[in-house]
Amino acid sequence: MNFVSPDLSPAYAEMFVLGMTCLVLVVDVFLKDSQRGITYVLSMLTLLGAAAITATSGVVAQELVFSGHFVSDPMGDVLKLVVYATTAVVFLYSRDYLRQNDLFKGEFFMLALFAMLGIMVMISAGSMLSLYLGLELLSLSMYALVAFQRDSAQAAEAAMKYFVLGAIASGCLLYGISLLYGMTGTISLSGISASFSSADQFNIPVLFGLSFVVVGVAFKFGAVPFHSWVPDVYQGAPAPVTLFIASAPKIAAFALAMRLLVDGLGDLQGGWQDMLVALSVLSIVIGNLVAIVQTNIKRMLAYSTISHVGFILLGILTGSQEGYAAAMYYAIAYVVMTTGAFGLIIILSRKGYEAEQLEDFKGLNSRSPWLAGMMLMLVFSMAGIPPFVGFYAKLTVLMGLVEVGLTWLAVLALVFSVVGAFYYLRVVKLMYFDEPQEEGKPEAALDIRVLLSANAALVLLLGLFPDGLMSLCIKVFQ
Amino acid sequence: MMTGMPLLSLLIWVPVLGGLLVLAAGENRASLARWAALGISLATLALSLVLTAGFDSGTSHMQFVEMRPWIESFDIYYQLGVDGIALPLILLTTFITVLVVIAGWEVIQNKVAQYYAAFLIMEGLMIGVFSAMDAMLFYVFWEAMLVPMFIIIGVWGGPRRVYATVKFFLYTFLGSVFMLASLIYMYMESGTFEITSLYALPLGMSAQVLIFLSFLAAFAVKVPMWPVHTWLPDAHVEAPTGGSVILAAIMLKMGGYGFLRFSLPITPDASRELDWLLIGLSLIAVVYIGFVALVQRDMKKLIAYSSIAHMGFVTLGFFLMYAIVDRTGSLDGAAMGLQGGMVQMISHGLISGAMFLCVGVLYDRMHSREIGDYGGVVNTMPVFATFMVLFAMANAGLPGTSGFVGEFFVILASFQANFWFAMLAATTLILGAAYTLWMIKRVVFGDVANDNVAALQDINRREFFILSVLAVSVLALGLYPAPLTDLMSSSLDNLLNQALGSKLVP
Repeated sequence: MNFVSPDLSPAYAEMFVLGMTCLVLVVDVFLKDSQRGITYVLSMLTLLGAAAITATSGVVAQELVFSGHFVSDPMGDVLKLVVYATTAVVFLYSRDYLRQNDLFKGEFFMLALFAMLGIMVMISAGSMLSLYLGLELLSLSMYALVAFQRDSAQAAEAAMKYFVLGAIASGCLLYGISLLYGMTGTISLSGISASFSSADQFNIPVLFGLSFVVVGVAFKFGAVPFHSWVPDVYQGAPAPVTLFIASAPKIAAFALAMRLLVDGLGDLQGGWQDMLVALSVLSIVIGNLVAIVQTNIKRMLAYSTISHVGFILLGILTGSQEGYAAAMYYAIAYVVMTTGAFGLIIILSRKGYEAEQLEDFKGLNSRSPWLAGMMLMLVFSMAGIPPFVGFYAKLTVLMGLVEVGLTWLAVLALVFSVVGAFYYLRVVKLMYFDEPQEEGKPEAALDIRVLLSANAALVLLLGLFPDGLMSLCIKVFQ
Repeated sequence: MMTGMPLLSLLIWVPVLGGLLVLAAGENRASLARWAALGISLATLALSLVLTAGFDSGTSHMQFVEMRPWIESFDIYYQLGVDGIALPLILLTTFITVLVVIAGWEVIQNKVAQYYAAFLIMEGLMIGVFSAMDAMLFYVFWEAMLVPMFIIIGVWGGPRRVYATVKFFLYTFLGSVFMLASLIYMYMESGTFEITSLYALPLGMSAQVLIFLSFLAAFAVKVPMWPVHTWLPDAHVEAPTGGSVILAAIMLKMGGYGFLRFSLPITPDASRELDWLLIGLSLIAVVYIGFVALVQRDMKKLIAYSSIAHMGFVTLGFFLMYAIVDRTGSLDGAAMGLQGGMVQMISHGLISGAMFLCVGVLYDRMHSREIGDYGGVVNTMPVFATFMVLFAMANAGLPGTSGFVGEFFVILASFQANFWFAMLAATTLILGAAYTLWMIKRVVFGDVANDNVAALQDINRREFFILSVLAVSVLALGLYPAPLTDLMSSSLDNLLNQALGSKLVP
């Protein structure tokens, strides 16, 4: 038997992360609590190394390895770089919070790194199997992260809810995958793609399998009506975990949708487009309406996430390259905005106290004009007001919609973004127009303040000069 | 034409960056913030004067054009330029901003740096709206402007400021998103966001009507036209004096500017088809809102309603042309309507700004805007009373003041269109006089009403300076409006040609 050793170079980043995470796991066992900083530094080095590997890979076209289970392409590289950066930002924001709340443990970093590895595998998945493996690695790490504050009943409840619902969704996805496998006899995405043609768009058995797949994707996105876990998990988890859940996994969900629906089932676009229309319209409408009545800012941001997810789905459902690029741009912009917003919540929180009520933002401008100014930019960006990045994200999605003739969807999305503006304005109102309930500047380490400022500045800079990221997103789909 | 210096970019970014600098000065150095704001606004005014000096009023082409690629993926350019329509509005903006900075000098004691920064940033954004020649750039400035105004009303406003500012924001935001949808649609049709290229884009009738209505949603809210005017009285009443002045003097003009820059030239056939709608709404604003103003007890509210009525004249003037040309074929009459609308915009900017400043002077002393709390102010503040009466006369359209010129042009033009239009429009002369002068009678004249009025101090040098500058401009424009009308005449003629043409798909 002739054994050819495969070229593993496209997967070096994944291997590196896996190796380093195991190393961190081992090293951490021998560390005293006071030396936990080493774990932190090693985790950061992991991210840095992975970024170096991915950035220098220089992939220009799609490459398949591991018998087609693993793909490497420019879209994957860009998404992975965003995920590394997001994870690094999460670690930076979280450090002091975790220290103050006696949560500065190796588990947090390890679980987050494993979750990130899952995301990377999903981004590079070339078959249903690797996709599912990545997804489960991500999900299981996430369940554990949510429950990671052991004494908190709220966190345990959230983790339980997340786990049960997540397991059902995984089951749905797996069932859909098995149906598709039954029809095509292959699990590789390119094989599935080859065995369907656009004539199958309205073939009932195919649609049956497809709808289970879409349910799985929608759950991971947190799209209505599969969103019920989102607010509870956001609220129940400690702020750094919420920050992580709210950011990087959305990139994973985007990758999941792209790999499954576009790469694998692209010919069935007519079939899944209608399903995504329903999901995105419901997400935008319900997300924005329910966010208005929230008093807890984590829950409010959860519903706002749901509405943003609706926009990402709007980009995907166009079925055009412009639309995919728009969705990717939106997903990245969303991650930048959301890390900033949760970063601020972490800064405002203190030992044993989560600044999770909207009331906690009262009079922030009097306490710290700088922080309030940063949050102002983030919030207006989320509301889609120019010149912040959130506006261009919405704009590109809407242009994609109008291009394929779905103008009514664009107008509907626009009208509901006005509804959404209302609750974002309320945050500004609390910060600027109300008197503070407590005195004193919120304290934060210098590097965290710099990070938050950089984060908000990025929201503005990407808004003033949106072309760089936009053309990058367009390029990866050409 | 000067090509060496990017004057328009400077006009936009000097105040914006200046505003950020003022913000950086911090709250502990209030007087530094004040002087810096004054310096920056004066520098911007000087720049706009340089712009005017270099402007050639003989051509309708865009001047001082700047063009750089901005978002190449969607063919969006950073493209600026001014013509005779935009230039007077830019001048008005820089001029009024200086006055607003001076007007807040001692009055604003809370978060001074943020106050001035907000006004300066807004000034830059408003100039951006008037000079953007790319529809998406225009939209970015148009929306971004909401942010500082939202903060100004909300932080330094009156008791119901939160309600007022949220209402202001959501109303205007809702109006503009429809415009955005239209802009994207036209981009898909034409492949460009360049405004002058959109003028040449042929469009079918139903598309034109939809685009026209979406523009109407955006601009009618800003103007504001009846029945979407209800945010204005709330916003005006609750905003601090400076905010009211900017709102009335400049922000409302953006609606009118939008009709001239977008609606008329981009959708001329729909404008012709639906001119009855605009004329009808304008006449309702003039007559009905005039009556509403009559019954107000709050001075600011009264001026706010009078603004709506006066802006009704502006939109009336803009949309009379079709009726005039159909009936008499006279292009001169049509041009007169347009010109009257434009003059009315500038003049209303000065007069309503002055009126709000007058109310601000009283409010700073008495902390009341209720007409009933005043009476006999002339006895204790004779100098101030002189100014207020002058501005009130101008508001009522007294010949010799700028208020007369615009109204007179529009009424003349409407006679050529339809007798009844003119008849209804002319009622403003009665109604305007009635609500303004009746307010003056109750506030300024008569015996001293109470101890508070008896204790009033007359205006100080700062207030005297602001009001006299405004008084001079109102009189100058009223006695000799030719420089202003010359500045815009060729651009308006060009606009008239575009608006009377047809661009239906053959």
